[in-house]
Amino acid sequence: MKNIFKACFALSFLTIAFVSCNNSDSSKSNGALTSSAAEKVYVAPGEHDEFYAFVSGGFSGQLSVYGLPSGRLFKVIPVFSQDAEKAWGYNEETKPMLNTSHGFVPWDDSHHPDISQTAGEIDGRYVFINGNNTPRIAKIDLTTFETTEIIEVPNSAGNHSSSFVTENTEYVVAGTRFSVPVPQRDMSIKDYKGNFKGALSFISVDPENGRMDMKFQVMMPGFNYDLSHPGRGKSHGWFFFTTYNSEEAHSLLEVNASQNDKDFIAAINWKKIEEYVNNGGGTMMPANYAHNVYDEHTHTATSTMKKEVRVVNPTEVPGAVYLLPTPKSPHGCDVDPSGEYIVGNGKLSANLTVHSFTKMIDAIENEKFDGDAYGIPILKFEDVLAGTVEQPGLGPLHTEFDGKGNAYTTFFISSEVVKWKLGTWEVIDRKPTYYSVGHLMIPGGNSQKPFGKYVLAMNKITKDRYLPTGPEVTQSAQLYDITGEKMELLLDFPTVGEPHYAAGCPADLIKPRSKKIFKLEENKHEYAALSEADTKVVRNGNEVHVYMTMIRSHFAPDNIEGIKVGDKVYFHITNLEQDYDVPHGVSMIGANTSELLIMPGQTETFVWEPKQVGVWPFYCTDFCSALHQEMQGYVRVSPRNSNIDLSWSLGED
Amino acid sequence: MKKSNVVMLAAAILPLALFIFPLWNITLEAPQYPIPLGMNIHINDFTDAHPHDIKNINLMNHYVGMKYIPEAIPEFKIFPAGIIATTILGLLIAFKGNYKWFLGWFILMCVLSAAGLYDFYLWEHDYGHNLDPKAIMKFTNPDGSIMGFQPPLFGSKDILNFRAHSYPRLGALFLGLGIAASFIAYLMGKKNHKKAMST
Repeated sequence: MKNIFKACFALSFLTIAFVSCNNSDSSKSNGALTSSAAEKVYVAPGEHDEFYAFVSGGFSGQLSVYGLPSGRLFKVIPVFSQDAEKAWGYNEETKPMLNTSHGFVPWDDSHHPDISQTAGEIDGRYVFINGNNTPRIAKIDLTTFETTEIIEVPNSAGNHSSSFVTENTEYVVAGTRFSVPVPQRDMSIKDYKGNFKGALSFISVDPENGRMDMKFQVMMPGFNYDLSHPGRGKSHGWFFFTTYNSEEAHSLLEVNASQNDKDFIAAINWKKIEEYVNNGGGTMMPANYAHNVYDEHTHTATSTMKKEVRVVNPTEVPGAVYLLPTPKSPHGCDVDPSGEYIVGNGKLSANLTVHSFTKMIDAIENEKFDGDAYGIPILKFEDVLAGTVEQPGLGPLHTEFDGKGNAYTTFFISSEVVKWKLGTWEVIDRKPTYYSVGHLMIPGGNSQKPFGKYVLAMNKITKDRYLPTGPEVTQSAQLYDITGEKMELLLDFPTVGEPHYAAGCPADLIKPRSKKIFKLEENKHEYAALSEADTKVVRNGNEVHVYMTMIRSHFAPDNIEGIKVGDKVYFHITNLEQDYDVPHGVSMIGANTSELLIMPGQTETFVWEPKQVGVWPFYCTDFCSALHQEMQGYVRVSPRNSNIDLSWSLGED
Repeated sequence: MKKSNVVMLAAAILPLALFIFPLWNITLEAPQYPIPLGMNIHINDFTDAHPHDIKNINLMNHYVGMKYIPEAIPEFKIFPAGIIATTILGLLIAFKGNYKWFLGWFILMCVLSAAGLYDFYLWEHDYGHNLDPKAIMKFTNPDGSIMGFQPPLFGSKDILNFRAHSYPRLGALFLGLGIAASFIAYLMGKKNHKKAMST
């Protein structure tokens, strides 16, 4: 009996040992797998990421800055949105940035960031991004990571095939998705066909100061211009736009714009049109669009209404515009690093169509045309086709390149990223996305020199991938390692707003030039007080201007009397700090606006219209120092008819 | 010209480097300052090690009631005059004098340098101890006396959350080399003199 018991005990022990051994084995192998992906995205505390990723916020109107491979969020840059955190669009200085021909438009749908380039390579000076709804192009300065310029795009609607830059940032290009009457007028929608126009805008960028200018618009037939990319290398000087709705339908487009077997990629020789325009070609037409510029020295934006724009009829410039038939409502229009291949991602097509630039030039030279559309020559599909990726997936949307001869295409319907080879058109690998991927991004992917280490897939749907947060769940991006033959999913991370597209580049391009402070001696703000001796309060009728300063840990002045109900009080506050990462904030009880968050050396203004008699405090909203809680002040508000003189002080008993 | 006089000539000229390079440096390290705050002390100026460092040192120091680092101090006039005077004297000696004068110049320079260091110490002591009675934060030593914040004269020291380093810079090195050279010149001159006497 004892022996049996012993045997049983030994057996059970063995079993436990075996099972637990097994357990530890399996957990070990899982652990090894997980840890290898984890190690690849792990950036140790205090270390920096290798890449910046600028991810569009879609309907949030913003641009978020992430680090790759960690997926950590660093900053959300307000572009076409008001941001109470940074007072963007709330303070007096930045309100003009959101001015348009329709007045103040505090929101837009931001889609396609693109980083400026020099000689075909990313240079890290600016990011451009389009506002889709009220057509605008914004420029973000990558020394301050702030939006410094926004230009409205006239004659345009649904500014979607934007904002992509040419090889030397000669132009940032904006194409209209919705064709509209040009000029806008009261007409029947039914008369769309032949009457609506599609404007493709070429906005020049000053090589010295980056200033944007609406150089010319090419007035194309009334198709929908969906996406675009510049030629590069051998095809530098050309720009390619995908089109859908070549049917020119104006209602129930999901059916009526999906009838033609092929739509077009429009190839625009912008160099030729530029030459034409420089020689006085095109016509100036009346227009009304806003050009908003933020000045880093006055810390203030100004909005100017422009009253005319140069338009070019493409048929007037021989050899400038051609149409390349491309199957089934192509969406993404992507050009490989060599500039030879133009990928038309036919979103309703079973195959992926790739055109050849060399063949296109050859067909043009030999005038192998297949009719025309509104006078624009159509090339023969077979004459320009480089190859077809057969049955790669369902619903191709966008393609990026790794610079090693491979292309990566997203498939929305089959929810995957597919890797294929340029030239042989064979599929090499496919990996699922979670779920329904839209754009993808390889750092430097829209240039001659991609950094083919990671691809970032940006998904439209997440469903169960994260902890649920009610009906609205997070948007998401996914990072894949693409250094091997097969792709490897490394990381999911949530994004701010809908990530339509992103632009990435090595951190070293941007990091050394990132500004630490604004120099006080360069502050040219009209209402700046550059020292405490310069502080004052000035009354002009019922308008009161407070010239205030802030430094650890007090405001100057911090006691103000003589303000009356009905006054409009402008607080112009200068941060006198000249140390890195010492912003101060300020807010006033009852002010109908946001706080201000003022960087060292900067001046910002908020307006306060006191409605109630009393003594009202204001305070610093950004924990600035050990004496942050003491950083506060009072404003005495007297009745409208009182005769108390203005006075102000600091540190008086 | 004799070798010893050439060395003396060099000795007289070397301290002029103080007009180019800083004499001393005080650096303050703290966790919040991955790039430390630093101040270079020249014979005629205080300068930032990195832009705005002195302003930021003042901002830190006002919490404990230390005075602002002045824009100018009387020493900025006295020290340059002293250096120019001793250099002229040294040059005269190098051209006209004998080795005994070299020793004299050496002793003079040692005395003046010591006086300068003592003056620096006095200033530091006042800066670190003469605190505003309305100081935001008051600290006491374990024995109950009021804590001072004097940076070290030479070396490194912990002051609250900062670690302060105080070390000579290139200017001081040139001054030291000049002084040493005058002594070498003296020794060379003395040796030559003995040789001349014996032959």
